[in-house]
Amino acid sequence: MLLDKDRIFTNLYGREDWRLEAARRRGAWNSTRELMQFGPEWICDQIKASGLRGRGGAGFPTGLKWTFMPKTVGARPHYLVVNADESEPGTCKDRDIMRHDPHLLIEGCLIASFAMRAHACYIYLRGEYIYERETLEAAIREAYAAGLVGKNACGSGWDFDIYCHHGAGAYICGEETALLESLEGKKGQPRLKPPFPANAGLYGCPTTVNNVESIAVAPTILRRGASWFAGFGRPNNTGTKVFCISGHVERPCNVEEEMSIPLRTLIEEHCGGVVGGWGNLKAVIPGGSSVPLIPREICDTVLMDFDALRDVKSGLGTAAVIVMDKSTDIVKAIARIGYFYKHESCGQCTPCREGTGWMWRVLERMARGESETSEIDMLLDVASQVEGHTICALGDAAAWPVQGLIRHFRHEIEERIVNYRTGRPHVPGASLAAE
Amino acid sequence: MSARRFHHPDTSGVFTFSAETESEIAWWETKYPAERRQSAVIPALWIAQKQNGGWLSEPALRAVADRLGMSYIRVYEVATFYTMFNLEPVGKFHLQVCGTTPCMLRGAEKLKSVCERKIGPKGKPSGGGTFSWVEVECLGACVNAPMVQINDYYYEDLSVETLEQIIEDLAAGLNPAPGPYVKRQASAPEGAATSLTDPSLYDGSRAAPLTSIPGAPTSDGGKGA
Repeated sequence: MLLDKDRIFTNLYGREDWRLEAARRRGAWNSTRELMQFGPEWICDQIKASGLRGRGGAGFPTGLKWTFMPKTVGARPHYLVVNADESEPGTCKDRDIMRHDPHLLIEGCLIASFAMRAHACYIYLRGEYIYERETLEAAIREAYAAGLVGKNACGSGWDFDIYCHHGAGAYICGEETALLESLEGKKGQPRLKPPFPANAGLYGCPTTVNNVESIAVAPTILRRGASWFAGFGRPNNTGTKVFCISGHVERPCNVEEEMSIPLRTLIEEHCGGVVGGWGNLKAVIPGGSSVPLIPREICDTVLMDFDALRDVKSGLGTAAVIVMDKSTDIVKAIARIGYFYKHESCGQCTPCREGTGWMWRVLERMARGESETSEIDMLLDVASQVEGHTICALGDAAAWPVQGLIRHFRHEIEERIVNYRTGRPHVPGASLAAE
Repeated sequence: MSARRFHHPDTSGVFTFSAETESEIAWWETKYPAERRQSAVIPALWIAQKQNGGWLSEPALRAVADRLGMSYIRVYEVATFYTMFNLEPVGKFHLQVCGTTPCMLRGAEKLKSVCERKIGPKGKPSGGGTFSWVEVECLGACVNAPMVQINDYYYEDLSVETLEQIIEDLAAGLNPAPGPYVKRQASAPEGAATSLTDPSLYDGSRAAPLTSIPGAPTSDGGKGA
């Protein structure tokens, strides 16, 4: 369990004021210039040493990502783009950072941009986060007025401009290259990689795209030391993390905890437990809708980190824990996720455009029991044909929940089919033969 | 993918930016390099939609295209791709009910029935254009499920009763407050706090300048601890 003194987002719930003066009292913008004095390489080294892995879902080491940017600025300017297009079902952590602790994010943007030799940063918010955007815009104005960003930001000698941008309701824009397309004023359809954004990103210039949480923790890591951050969680899974626990728990909430906390502890300490007690738990989706669910037996002991969840064929993703108790119609719950991916596919790649709709329709029939037992394997087969055959990971994200459902709850689909068929004629002419 | 078309071809009308809309678009343009004005298209469409009563007519789309020096088709593409752009009229109060799994688990389907009962069929403005509602995909407030976005803001932790009350209040010209509709603050757990209770986080002690930077390079050029 993490102690309050080690929490980075001390205003996660907005009990205190988000404005500059209060944020400073909580430690934001403390000694920022001093943190920048040892240069970009030192910052990248510290972030690498902290073991910070990207908080947006993929878990790529953040410090390493920063070093992919060219070491000198050529004819093309460098950009930092912050991915605040938080749309993964179950996830609502970046929202709290932006509306309650925006100065930690802005300070992080300055430090990360400096580490990547970028003079400009865009924060891409999802369009629906209007209050959050208003707050962030106001916080940015405060930071400009106080000389913390702008020319000679914080007196560091580095010129830095920061801008808010917003989308308009497209999950796919959380994919980094789709986000860049959208920021350029186009449909958000992902680009083929390579070239990677570090070579050709926004406007064809070297660009790094990072999640809000990854950027917002950077200043505190530098202030308190890489080894402090690396002291939480297991090796390769270090640090603190904001978890979002939704669904069938007594008290759903966001909470910053240490990595590798046992799932059961997380739910019982912060959320008042599963509705009806731990014994009433059916399954948990541990990292946002894209990752496969895990049944109760696994939930009993699993740790909430990248490696532990990968070992049980799921993933930490965005650490959005969706809890489902025994009252849940699990097939219907996954069918609804299937509809989500069908709705959000950008339509660019055929396997995803057609496959997501096909999977959703079959899942809907399975939820009612109106399918053949053989279709379960056909569904798995189609899922595997979508997975890995698309430009971006949305195809994978649509396939994984289906695979997880069949892996752990195949019996439930089968039972439903049998129950539906019991007493119903299902061969043409059967009713005649029975007479 | 979500198939979206212009359902309301209104090709004869004229759309002109108000002075306020124009200055807002101009402000957005300053955020991007001069030769990259197209970047402002989503914000510009959003502002135009606000001016046009919550939806984008074809003349409005063309006005945005002309304003940003884009071809019409590029703007049509953007407007049909992003689901926050309404391509047909919506009510003065447009309710977007989140229906994705985390909200579904906590009763979004009941909220949809409330909307059907009190407003009418999905996607059709009712009450002389006062209300309309649609089901949308995850709005990113999952720990405050189930929730509804009404125009710009989020109404969270709703029940059948609270949503009915909100709709009645709106109809009566009142101004129900956004935010959680159970006793809790933002995304904090209901009841006793489980974290962030240590007063030393807020007493200013963290603002004291650092006496040393952890991991700072030492003067002999080596790396510090």
